[in-house]
Amino acid sequence: MKTLQATNDFVIKFANVNGSGSASANTLFAKSIARMGVPVSPRNIFPSNIQGLPTWYEVRVCEAGWNARRGGADLMVAMNPQTWEKDVAEVTPGGYLFYDSTRPMPAGKFRDDILVIGMPLTEICNATYTDPRQRQLFKNIIYVGALAALLGIELAEVEKLIGEQYKGKEKLLEPNVKALRMGHEYALAKLPCPLGLQVQRADKVGDKVFLEGNNAAALGAVFGGATVCAWYPITPSSSMAEAFAKHCRKYRMDKETGKNNFAIVQAEDELASIGMVIGAAWNGARAFTCTSGPGISLMSEFIGLAYFAEIPATLVNVQRAGPSTGMPTRTQQSDVLLCAFASHGDTKHPILFPQDAKEAFEFTADALDIADRLQTPVFVLTDLDIGMNERLCDPLTWDDARTYDRGKVLTKEQLDAGARFGRYLDVDDDGITYRTYPGTHPSRGSFFTRGTSRDRYARYTEEGTAYVDNMQRLLRKFETAKHFMPKPVVRPAAKPSRYGAIYYGSTAPAMEEALALFEADGIHLDALRVRAFPFQDAVIDFVNDHDHVFVVEQNRDGQLRTLLVTEGALDPARLGAVLHYDGTPITARFIHGDIAKRLSALQVTPLRRTVAGGASGE
Amino acid sequence: MTYLAKPKLHHPDLPKNALGLTRRDYEGTISTLCAGCGHDSISAAIIQACWELAVQPHRVAKLSGIGCSSKTPTYFLDKSHGFNSVHGRMPSVLTGANLANRELLYLGVSGDGDSASIGLGQFAHSMRRGVNMTYIVENNGVYGLTKGQFSATADRGSKSKRGAVNTDEGIDLACLAMQLGASYVARSFSGDKHQLVPLIKGALTHPGAAFIDVVSPCVAFNNHEGSTRSYDYVRHHNEAVNSLDVITMHKEITAEYPPGSLQEVRQHDGSVLRLRKLADDYDSSSRIAAMSYVQSHYARGEIVTGLLYVEPDAIDLHEHLGTTMRPLNELGDKELCPGSAALAQFNASLR
Repeated sequence: MKTLQATNDFVIKFANVNGSGSASANTLFAKSIARMGVPVSPRNIFPSNIQGLPTWYEVRVCEAGWNARRGGADLMVAMNPQTWEKDVAEVTPGGYLFYDSTRPMPAGKFRDDILVIGMPLTEICNATYTDPRQRQLFKNIIYVGALAALLGIELAEVEKLIGEQYKGKEKLLEPNVKALRMGHEYALAKLPCPLGLQVQRADKVGDKVFLEGNNAAALGAVFGGATVCAWYPITPSSSMAEAFAKHCRKYRMDKETGKNNFAIVQAEDELASIGMVIGAAWNGARAFTCTSGPGISLMSEFIGLAYFAEIPATLVNVQRAGPSTGMPTRTQQSDVLLCAFASHGDTKHPILFPQDAKEAFEFTADALDIADRLQTPVFVLTDLDIGMNERLCDPLTWDDARTYDRGKVLTKEQLDAGARFGRYLDVDDDGITYRTYPGTHPSRGSFFTRGTSRDRYARYTEEGTAYVDNMQRLLRKFETAKHFMPKPVVRPAAKPSRYGAIYYGSTAPAMEEALALFEADGIHLDALRVRAFPFQDAVIDFVNDHDHVFVVEQNRDGQLRTLLVTEGALDPARLGAVLHYDGTPITARFIHGDIAKRLSALQVTPLRRTVAGGASGE
Repeated sequence: MTYLAKPKLHHPDLPKNALGLTRRDYEGTISTLCAGCGHDSISAAIIQACWELAVQPHRVAKLSGIGCSSKTPTYFLDKSHGFNSVHGRMPSVLTGANLANRELLYLGVSGDGDSASIGLGQFAHSMRRGVNMTYIVENNGVYGLTKGQFSATADRGSKSKRGAVNTDEGIDLACLAMQLGASYVARSFSGDKHQLVPLIKGALTHPGAAFIDVVSPCVAFNNHEGSTRSYDYVRHHNEAVNSLDVITMHKEITAEYPPGSLQEVRQHDGSVLRLRKLADDYDSSSRIAAMSYVQSHYARGEIVTGLLYVEPDAIDLHEHLGTTMRPLNELGDKELCPGSAALAQFNASLR
């Protein structure tokens, strides 16, 4: 049998039982590879469950730095008997299977086209530890030690990480290091070290940081000046609110009084969360909520109020697979239309589409400015893939010269100076009107906020002309919004092309890798990454400048494509939908395969078959 | 109908409060509710209470949901910012507003349709959290704007104007508020201004979640025989347990009462709630005794009114959260943004 041979370019997948403490060991494994200067992108694949169900951790080791999921598994660490068969079947031919051989397995449970490596993990643990919890936890560390030996990971890097993790907790440090070494020594002595898959020190990580999108977005809310957070727990967004609380405790306590320069309320539901955000923002505080698709459905009535009454609100939607409860722990980009048009009546809402943790940080901070500037709900659309996975990205940056844009707010001094105030009076001709915070002035600037129709001076009216005047101004405001939203990123092909591709959000890493594959094929495809809705002219021009444009996204119905067609008045025939929506993150293999097929149907250049390392999986 | 302006002229000798303001300075636009509507009496009581307390009108934020009662904030305090939110969701909007600026007075006005049906959840949770507010439900047992359907507070067995009998149990919001942790709970009747005005004043000075259930007859749809929210029915079945005087900190206490019948409750801000007992066996300092009293009298067909329960040392949501004394909406970049040096450290911890 010919086994796979690869250095710094393979996928290892851990099959675990959730609640078994495997997560921290697996993270340790992934981080130690990054510490060797080799880019790595791990992904959690987990069930909606606390304990006992299968969970996977997929680590792509890739010196070229592709962060997307690759698909397939070259080495399976099969620690879960429940999923044994599926896990064994998933291994790439010529790949490797690492398992706990304490209990003998019947020969029929294996494959003869993969190399099987058994290590009696349970036996070793039982011989060393008496406490059942310790047996479980250290088993994970022992296999990390063994894998380090098998894959050529420097033990010193793993030990350094353990040292950092248990700094100040020496009692825990020592037994962890001991377990790690135990596994390492066992593997060197008894297992076929080294495997054909090897990690070799490189310098491809640089100053990159290993960061989760939810954590980054939460920090963005802190830097962006959010003081009120109201939320309701929902996967996969809960960790954002929790991270916000953690960051606030660190960065937002008043040093003299010990009091909090923030307020976080876990509301009774999503309706109350957005209600509190709107109340706080109406009263001049920066406020946000984080949720997922079902939460947006529930918030829709309030979103319409904030749109019509013109109250800022920042909503971070960490998307998951819908509809309904859908697949709560799987990723999708299926809330684009929901967010663009949330609530009854004619509404449109600005959306930002971060591609990774770094942009999740930046766009969340930006969204707070944009919401205040436009006085309207603003969405930051991430997803489970960005939100709940640690990923290598460029270090976060902040310009200390930056100040918050609080938008058009009249102060007591301005009112005293005789500023003409009509809450819905468009004095600057950009659709954005001036507001006042409650309590500003004893006799000027008060107004009544309502979801009913009103005139330019906030007086209730059901006059058709006043209503239309207001609705038209809201459209002007939406046009103005384009100036404040992040611009699209264009990646022209090496040579001029009649074909283009549009993508956004978490599709970016896979798309960029696919573009490299096309380039290697000699196929030229211009690409544009949408970063915001409303679409700037550059987005519509990009479509108009090409004969055919593929819109690559992770939902069934081509939601961004629909939005492009309606908002840009584009010919749908010229926009091809490349759709991946099974709940797993999209891969370059999928995009490359699908677009290549369509291009050949469009009768472009004949394609040569491309194979990029590894094998099965898609 | 805000185009209906009120006459600007008023009597030159109208009495002035400590701020030099007359009652007219606390008014709003002309009411568009039906003539004789109990809600208008409540608006008048709010105006009177704010004037007597010499509240700065613009330092009040008035919030409501949807319905007849929720329209009333336009009819008082026109120097205040108002917010007519969505049906049943005033409590969350008020909570958020309160978080943003703890220095304003928050007045939530709602109805029984708004608070006991769609808004029951938000009503409950705002009480649980101890939001510092005055929450008034103008309770008429009926949906007025949609023409006479029963609301969730309508008593079982009461009759609608069309003769239908309500078979669902009625919700007692005052009892619910007590059970859920509100620290000031009262019930009154829109037709009894002498009782209602001090109760509103007490609620406005109370440093926690204050709730007042005001029975407020609907003259259009619920003022007939067989209704338990009609003027006649409430007058005949009203059992006031105490009468309240609110003495703000700058006023001297002068009135004299027979010993034993008087209870004084001193609040955080120095104001004193002086309660004169009307029912000997009523104890407004015990949540459980109060609930038991109210419920057993309800079983006899009596509507217990007065200050039902008060907890003088109430702790509000800001205290629970440990929020800074400065309004959050006044904090700027300097206090809020950790800056690039902190970010560099954060980056370093992620490698």
